[in-house]
Formats: sequence, structure tokens, C-alpha cells
Amino acid sequence: MRAPRIFRTLAFRIVAVYLAIFAVSAAAIVAFTWWNTARALNAQTDQIVEADITGLSERYDRFGLAGLTDAIVNRSSHGGATLYILADSEKRPIAGNLDAWPELAQIGGNLVEFDYERRLGNRLEQRRARGRDFDLTGGFELLVARDVAERHETEKLFTTMIPWSVLLIVVLGLVGGGLISRKFLARLDQINRTSREIMEGNLSRRLPVGHAGDEFDVLALNLNRMLDRTERLMRGMREVTDSIAHDLRTPLNRLRNRLEGTLHSLDSHGAAGVQIEAAVEETDRLMATFNALLLIAEAEAGVAREAMTPVDLRGIVEGVVELYAPLADEKGVSLSAAPSGQAIVNCIGSLVSQALANLLDNAIKYTPAGGGVNISVEDTPSGIALCVADTGPGIASEDRNRVLERFVRLEASRHSPGTGLGLSLVAAVARLHDAKLELEDNGPGLKATLLFPAGANRRSSVPQIAPQKMAVRS
Amino acid sequence: MRMLVVEDDLEAQRYLVNGLKEAGHVVDDAADGEVGLTLALSRAYDVAIVDRMLPGIDGLRLVEEIREHGNTMPVLFLSALSEVDDRVKGLKAGGDDYLTKPYAFVELLARIDALMRRRHPASVKTQLQVGDLELNLLTRTANRNGSAIDLQPREFRLLEYLMRHAGQVVTRTMLLESVWEYHFDPQTNVIDVHISRLRAKIDKGFESPLLHTVRGAGYMIRARA
Repeated sequence: MRAPRIFRTLAFRIVAVYLAIFAVSAAAIVAFTWWNTARALNAQTDQIVEADITGLSERYDRFGLAGLTDAIVNRSSHGGATLYILADSEKRPIAGNLDAWPELAQIGGNLVEFDYERRLGNRLEQRRARGRDFDLTGGFELLVARDVAERHETEKLFTTMIPWSVLLIVVLGLVGGGLISRKFLARLDQINRTSREIMEGNLSRRLPVGHAGDEFDVLALNLNRMLDRTERLMRGMREVTDSIAHDLRTPLNRLRNRLEGTLHSLDSHGAAGVQIEAAVEETDRLMATFNALLLIAEAEAGVAREAMTPVDLRGIVEGVVELYAPLADEKGVSLSAAPSGQAIVNCIGSLVSQALANLLDNAIKYTPAGGGVNISVEDTPSGIALCVADTGPGIASEDRNRVLERFVRLEASRHSPGTGLGLSLVAAVARLHDAKLELEDNGPGLKATLLFPAGANRRSSVPQIAPQKMAVRS
Repeated sequence: MRMLVVEDDLEAQRYLVNGLKEAGHVVDDAADGEVGLTLALSRAYDVAIVDRMLPGIDGLRLVEEIREHGNTMPVLFLSALSEVDDRVKGLKAGGDDYLTKPYAFVELLARIDALMRRRHPASVKTQLQVGDLELNLLTRTANRNGSAIDLQPREFRLLEYLMRHAGQVVTRTMLLESVWEYHFDPQTNVIDVHISRLRAKIDKGFESPLLHTVRGAGYMIRARA
């Protein structure tokens, strides 16, 4: 199963990566700040303790134990946050505001930390202190410390708070990312929808441009400019084919008219008459080639796309088979059409008929008497396949792409009538319909397949990627 | 019959007008859209032959205008354009037929005849007859000289079309368009094979053939005069 579409958007991925970086850096900044603050606070505590101890040890040196005890009792009674305890060598307390010598934890240097209990009203409270113990001459030990419970609490708070904050950042970020991606997707969908319509032949469609002037608007503007240009080129190409058609057909028309007129005034069975009749036929052939070329150009430009309607291929096959059946019969080629179910394809019926007629024409032309031509329509998973298979000599695999090019005629067929445009027209019709034209070995013979993309209505499906190029263009 | 020819290529126009006059028609000509429109609206014609690309008002507009004035005379478009939707555009604009240049003159004449017939249907016929060949359009049966001829549906339509135009040249393109409804030229002349099959069915064993090939043009069905 694939992840929901929103998670696959670029916007969402950018948000996710940014979020990860942001969460890590936020945690790092908080941790660093805390570490620095704690260090400064500890340094302060340590300085006070150090000063206290220096004072007390000087006092011991000058006034002995009694002087020291006095000072400790005196300082303890002031309250404050400083803890004192003076003990003998057995760790029995002599003076101070701690009841007993606590369990000390060395934390580097001669600094210690320890837990102690403090009475607040009638409640005992477990608290933490930080200080230094000092050996006095005579086996006495002095411990001076300051209560650091508050700092300790804050530290604990920070260590629990950081993961929770990171979690919160991630959750809020994901929600925000989701919202941004949705907006992103909505605009992209709009662009995709419009491009699909344009690909289907509606060249006059344009992308909507907002007023914000953001990247999407710039993109839409640029795409629209590109489309304007494409449309202009298409229109230009249409005008050119129209005027070529007009400028070549008009003189051809005159030529044919003159020949016909001359033929009319001559005895058509005389030598001159036969020559002129041949000339008229030549004109017609010229015209057929010219028409096929124009039709190919038109199909390739895709200008007739808007004329596509859903058509049942079976009807097309029936019609064309009916047209060609007597010809096949005459040649002693058996022509059969495999029965098939309904096969609706969005197409220009007349062009598909013509393409099928060209394929069938070739198949019958190249299949020797006694051979067979079979037409089938199949609904395959990859689309609807219209297939013409013959038992003729086939086309060598290295020539299969070449025959789709204009005017290419294989040596073997150079002497049969034809313009050399039949298959290129089929290829052009295929391209116009986003269909694929495949030429395969029928063992023996040739199997030509027109594979129309699945789904008669392509508007609802995922954007169609243009089918792979079928003909190698020279 | 009175005909209007609107064609800007003067040589083609002269040829067309001469040909039509030779065939016994009365012809007016115009070399551009404005003159054509004025003539079409001021005089009564049986048929108009209009080039699609004209200076001034083009062929499509010309026909649209005369249709807007309620004129229903048959119009045949001549065009050097043959792209798929050009024919459709021409017919949509109010044309009755569409012929692509270059055309054979017989093709043009045959089409004009067909247009005229469509305009004046000689009462609804249920039976067609050429010589001793009879075609019953109700029972869809054919017989010649009293013996029944077995025809496939398409052969029936082919014969019907030929008999409706008895005595006229019918071109291969006309047959392909009217009987098969295809607007393209097949690479091989498949129509000839259909005709030879039909000929075998209706003419074989009879002394006088009815179905004739007209060289360089097409076919014609007629009884020996």
C-alpha cells in the first residue's frame, strides 16, 4: 500500500525535513542554555562555599575548636541556605545545622553533593545540597554546603520538558505541513487538470493566474505564455498546410482539367489518348500521395483531437472487413475476424477506419494465395488492442521501425502499387490517439497491433504519459 | 438548368463554366464572394458551385449568408482543403456536398445530378427498374428477367445506388462515400472487386450487360438503348 497522497507531496517532505532540523536545533539550544546556566550557578555556589570554608579554617587556626564551633553555631542560626556540620574523626557531629554526617557523593575536585532531610513545619523534605568537606588538623572534618534543591528541581524539569517540547514541535509542525501541502496540492491539481485538458486537444485552455504574484502564479504565467506560443505555432502550421494544400491543389486541378479536356477532344483509343489517360492517372496518384501526407501532418499536429467521440471498434472492424472481404477472396486469402466483446474507444472513427483499411490492405497485398489474415479486437489490461495478423513474408525485425517512416518501401515490395505512406499514416493515427503501434512476428507473417490506452474516458484517470515513440524519425 | 459558379481561379472557372455549358446548363459566374452573394440572392438558381477559399467573403460565409436569407438551393463546395473537419465545416455551414480539388469533371457532373435528384425526388419509389432488372425496395429483393438474384445487403445498397443513378456516371469515390460511408481512398481499388462480383450476379448469363465501366471515370448502369 502506498502512503496517502498528501505525504508524498514535495511540500510535506520539505516541511518534515525542516521540522526534524528545527526540533533537533531547538532541543540543542535549550540544552546548551541550561548547561551554561547550571555551570554558572554551580560556580557561584562553589565560590560562596570556598569563601566560607577559608574563613572557618582561618578561625580554627587562630581560636581552636571552640572558636570554630562558636562561629558555626553563630552562622547556622542565621538561617540562610548554607549548611554546616563539624564532626570528629568518627564522623560524629559536634556542631552545625545538620543532624548527622551525610552520605557524600564526590563530583570532582573536592566537591561533593549529598541528600539531606529538612524539617519544614512538621513535614520532612528530602533536599539536595552541594558543597565541600575539609579536613582540619586534629582529625576533625568540616562540611560546608549550600542547598541546591531548586536548581536540582529545575534540572529535572528541563530533562522531562525537552522531549515533550520536541514532541509538541513535531506534532504542530506536521499539522502545519499538512495544511500547507493541501494548499500546495490544490494548486498543483488545478495545473494538472488544465494541462490534461490541453493535452487532450483543448489548446485554448489556460491556467488560472492568481494576484499574489507567488511562484505558482509565475509558473502559471510562464506556462500560459508557452501555451500561447504553442497555439500560435499550431495555428501557423495549420495555415501553412492549408495554403500548401491550396497552392498545390489548384495547379494540379488545372493540370488534370486540361488533360481531361484534351482527352475529351481526342480519340481516347489512339496513342495520344492512351498517353493522356496515363497522365491523368499519374495526376491522381500524385494527389493520393499528397493527401496522405497532409493527413499525416494533420494527425501529427493533433488538431483533430476535439473531434474524438466514443466509437465501438467492432463496428469499424465489421465495416472494413466487409469492404475488403471480396478482395481477399479474389486473392485466395482467407479473411477472418475473431469475435469480440464491446470495445469502446475514444477516437476519430473515420481515421481509425482508414488506418485499419491500410493495415488490411497491406496484409492482403503481401499474403500469398492460400494464406490467411485475421483481425481481432481484444480488451487487454494495458488497453484495447486492434490486431491484424497475416501469414505473409512478414517484416524483418531490423526493418520494423523503418517501415513506419514516410516513403520507406522495402525492396521486396517496391514493385507493388502504393505510396509508401500507408504505414506512416497508421503510425500518425496511432499517435493522434495516444495509441501504440506494434509490429511483431506472427511466425510466419506480420502481426500489427494498435493498442489504444485503457479507459475510453481519460479525463478521470492519472495523467497520461505520452506513449513511447514508435517510429524512429530521420 | 441554371447554375451559379463562384470560383476565383479564373482558369478553373473557365473550364468549369465551359464544361457545364457543354453539358447543356445555363451558367452564371462570379470571381469573388461579394459578386457571388449578390447573384445568389438576386436570381434563382437550381444549384450553386462554390469554392471555399474566395477573396472578400469566403465560401463558408457566402453559403451561411444565403442560408440566412432563407435560400435553400443545393450548394456544392469545391475545395483545395480536405482535412477531416474541413468537410464537416463545409457541410455544417449549409453545403450539400463537398468535392476536393482536383476533381474529375465527370465526378462533379455526377454529384450535381445526384443533388438535383435529391431536390426533386421523383415520387417515393418502391421499385427501381433498368431494362429487365428489377429491384424491389420494400422486400429488398432483385430479379432479372423473372429469375431472382441473391444479393448480400451491401450488394443490394450498391445496386440500389447505381439504379437510382441509372444512365449517369457514378464514380468510385461516390460509391465509397454513399454505399460504405468512407471518405478516404483505399490504396487498392476494392470497389472494382465489389462491382465485378455484382456484375457476375446481375449480368452473367444474359446477352446484354447492364453494368458498364466508364474508362477513367467510374461505372454506369443502363439498359441498351
